[in-house]
Amino acid sequence: MSSRALDINISVNGERVEARIDARKTLVDFLRDDLALTGSHVGCEHGVCGACTVRVNGEIVRGCLMLAVQCDGAKVETIEGLSDSGEVADLQAAFEQRNALQCGFCTPGMLAAAQDLLKRAKTVPSRDEIREHLSGNYCRCTGYHAIVDAIEAVAKQRAGGKK
Amino acid sequence: MKPAPFAYQRARSLDEAIALLAEKDAKLLAGGQSLIATLNMRLSSPALLIDINGIGGLDAIALKKGSVEIGALARHTQVERSDIIASHVPLFARAMPHIGHPAIRNRGTLGGSVAFADPAAELPACLLALDGEIEATGPKGTRSVKAQDFFKGLFETALAPQEVLTGVRVPAATRDTRTGFAELARRHGDYAMVGLAATARANGKELSDVRLAYFGVSDIPVRAKKAEAALAEGSIDAAFEALDLDPHDDVQATAKAKKHLAGVLLRRVAMQLTEVRL
Repeated sequence: MSSRALDINISVNGERVEARIDARKTLVDFLRDDLALTGSHVGCEHGVCGACTVRVNGEIVRGCLMLAVQCDGAKVETIEGLSDSGEVADLQAAFEQRNALQCGFCTPGMLAAAQDLLKRAKTVPSRDEIREHLSGNYCRCTGYHAIVDAIEAVAKQRAGGKK
Repeated sequence: MKPAPFAYQRARSLDEAIALLAEKDAKLLAGGQSLIATLNMRLSSPALLIDINGIGGLDAIALKKGSVEIGALARHTQVERSDIIASHVPLFARAMPHIGHPAIRNRGTLGGSVAFADPAAELPACLLALDGEIEATGPKGTRSVKAQDFFKGLFETALAPQEVLTGVRVPAATRDTRTGFAELARRHGDYAMVGLAATARANGKELSDVRLAYFGVSDIPVRAKKAEAALAEGSIDAAFEALDLDPHDDVQATAKAKKHLAGVLLRRVAMQLTEVRL
């Protein structure tokens, strides 16, 4: 049966969440409004800016271009989860050190996209590869150089640690 | 909440999805990377969304008798990382990184992109260059439509209201296959101002069966046939002079700028086509 509201059961940052939600609610609105996880930001709401980037089943997605009901049974990770687990701690430290954030609005999405690149990369990505991977994340303070610097530094640091 | 209210149903099978399409104002939801954006902006307000993501078996990529078949629900990332695509459909391998951004490619599907038929999208032009076929399944069964007959107009395709795009079929590359792909966008991953997908057959330095499919220059992907012929005769300069395109102004660029950029892309792609393959 089709329905305007559905029961979903999802894992958010490792916690089980059961809720009845409107079919029209996007994932990012659900995370922010229903779960008070306001680290995922709402910018353009049509997939251009990347501020709402979250991880669903291990892959980064646009939180504004997925319906929350589509996440039934899925594992969702937000910046709060990535931060609490320590997975992006080195990226966060490098962003702070290099002033890679000004207003901070884009930062959660930037961190999620950067972590996606670094965890997949077999070698240290070039600056061009970093820029390309972040092409879907807007920083309207236009602090891109510092962001690329921070990610490059962490990539080298992690590669060094592996030796 | 931005979208207008709608009913939502997960289709468990292709038959169920086709049956549900008979309902008033029903729309299919695949990757949703264009559809949900239009819902958020209330550019579309369907009564029913039929989520086809749970239908099994529609995301396979397989090499079959000289062709490669790709299921409609194959995500762009899946196509991008596929060994079969890398070895047998090099044009797709070249084009995939240009489609949106990583987070978009993780959700967006091949079928969705082809069925949506955005005039600036990469995959419709690739299918035209490859002389590929689109498979559509409806209440009366399954049929194949050639790419050249599939794209009818702005966001308009040969799909009937109750048909579902279930996959595409393209010829597998042979040793003499050459491909080229380039596009110009304001930001990497954005829709192209102009783009070009090309295939050819090479015999030493000579090219034959050249197919140049431009996107972002018209309502649908279009071939530049005079330039194709000139390129087959061996002259990039003559192909450049012969470039028979009639782009119109859009929000991205003026017609004049597009025409200029189309020439720039022609030279870049011609170089790719004549590269010696190891």
